[in-house]
Amino acid sequence: MQIDDTDRRILRHHLAEPGLDRASLAERAGVTPATLWRRLERLTEGGVITATGAVIDWRAMGYEVEVSLRFTLDKTNPRAFDEFLAASRDVPEVVAIETFLGRVDVRLNVIARDMRHYQEIYRRRILTLPHITDIEALMLIATIKDDTGLPL
Amino acid sequence: MIDLDDLDRLILRALYADAGLSAGELGRRLGLSQPATWRRIKRLEEAGVINGRRVEVDRAALGFGVTVFLGVKLATKGRVSLEDFERAVTAIPEVQVVQHVLGLFDYRLRVVARDIADFERVLRRRIMTLPGVGQVEANVLLTEERRPGPIG
Repeated sequence: MQIDDTDRRILRHHLAEPGLDRASLAERAGVTPATLWRRLERLTEGGVITATGAVIDWRAMGYEVEVSLRFTLDKTNPRAFDEFLAASRDVPEVVAIETFLGRVDVRLNVIARDMRHYQEIYRRRILTLPHITDIEALMLIATIKDDTGLPL
Repeated sequence: MIDLDDLDRLILRALYADAGLSAGELGRRLGLSQPATWRRIKRLEEAGVINGRRVEVDRAALGFGVTVFLGVKLATKGRVSLEDFERAVTAIPEVQVVQHVLGLFDYRLRVVARDIADFERVLRRRIMTLPGVGQVEANVLLTEERRPGPIG
């Protein structure tokens, strides 16, 4: 799909502030509301915009603890990745799964109500995941920046 | 903390996948009237559980083929150096996410780049020159998956 400067301008503002209403977005991107609507439709149909979802604040739901768990898997087993990922999807406190090229193979974002709850999840659901050779934990203190903006 | 029932969780799950759903459409799916659905959405927004929107794009289609997570350790610590580091790092357009963490590293950064050569430029010119930056570990993102977590 061809993307021109107008698309890029629209996306830059849209990604920087996804909550903005259509009229304000059109104004910032310097296009008419009709053009904006048409362009956004086209970008969505063309698969450039893949989803627009609500951001859920787990903390407001009572999940005070968030931990980033970094795993190294046993790569001698060819099924290690698939089986580990499938088992991770069954853990309801896992809110994100990422795979990597590097020293870390997989990262899971795990949320818990408090430290006691986290300890329980860690022992019962995480340590029992298959093919783990090493785990490192990073406890989230604060998110300083979190946006989907791209330097378009 | 807000109490959620099964209907609230279904609403959250639907909006997590598609924030553009209208209260009427969502209500029809759940067998709920439009005003009742709207009231529930309003309540979730007011409690901060729904906290804005997230637009997801095909980054590769926009020319950003590489996403890298960096673990950064500061060489010098103290309140001032944290503030200096945070101020400088959040200003880098290629850095989408900055998280202050506890563990092996002090910060987790999510960095987007056009390709590996572009990433190297960002790393050398922008990241390695940040005030107080020490050891840096990079892992290239291969796949990512957001999970509905406790609302699934």
